[in-house]
Amino acid sequence: MTGFDASPYAALSAVMFFIGVGGVILRRNPLIMLMSIELMFNAANLALVAFSRAWVNNAGHVFVFLVVTVAAAEAAIALAIVVALFRRSTNVDVDEVARLRG
Amino acid sequence: MILFWILSVVLVASAVFTVSQKSPVYSVVGLLINFLALAAFYFTLDAEFLAVIQIVIYSGAILMLFVFVIALLSSGIGPFREGPNRMPRAFVPAVAVVALFLGLVVYGIARGPLVPTPHQPTSTIGAAGNANVFGSIADFGVALFTTYLLPFEVTAFILMVAVIGVVLIAGDAVPQPTLGHHAAPKRKRRRESIVKSR
Repeated sequence: MTGFDASPYAALSAVMFFIGVGGVILRRNPLIMLMSIELMFNAANLALVAFSRAWVNNAGHVFVFLVVTVAAAEAAIALAIVVALFRRSTNVDVDEVARLRG
Repeated sequence: MILFWILSVVLVASAVFTVSQKSPVYSVVGLLINFLALAAFYFTLDAEFLAVIQIVIYSGAILMLFVFVIALLSSGIGPFREGPNRMPRAFVPAVAVVALFLGLVVYGIARGPLVPTPHQPTSTIGAAGNANVFGSIADFGVALFTTYLLPFEVTAFILMVAVIGVVLIAGDAVPQPTLGHHAAPKRKRRRESIVKSR
């Protein structure tokens, strides 16, 4: 179908992505930083779906599926790290996690 | 088009709400609204299957993970502390940098309409709910299991690695080695876990 303009979706995706970037930069609560990362994932997904619709090509849909999977894995591991940090000390502060050695 | 504006206002407002809340629980609520609005966007973009995936996996699984971790961390001891802000004057530079890059991206988008280059579409646009139209489950599944089979398999591997990693990182204690007849005599072989229990 011609006449589909993906620009508004791309602009909206950019706005959402940079809200997520701002969240990661400005917040220091690790949970909210992780949620900001999820926001960025979803902004990328929105752009992918919009362009996929514009090109009428389902490669973007498959890519969104893969991104969702990677986001799930990332959230699980990051939350596990948060739980592990919280067991060491009740102070969950990303500034104090300067030494993350194996 | 009016639906687009309503949904985009909801999307941006809930994103800002998510980022700006003090308590993570409110952030989760904002993120939930954000994901639901995004699922509505996927419906308007003819991606029915992805909309359902968005609701089931993101709103159902990932957000529940966040909620459980918040409940785990703040049970019994109250909300956790964040500590003093080490960079109190970083707000204005951070906002400036973010606004600068956002302006660059929006400028690049607004320079011209994003016109698709001529190519052969992989599917046809049709009424939602029919098989083999763009975005339907059949269309998605055929693409996933034929053209993109290898990335799909790699996805399975990634999930397995994630599961093992989570158990290693957040697992409570290292299990004692079972003493079989071939087991070496008791050496001091206590692996140091990443997490000291208690």
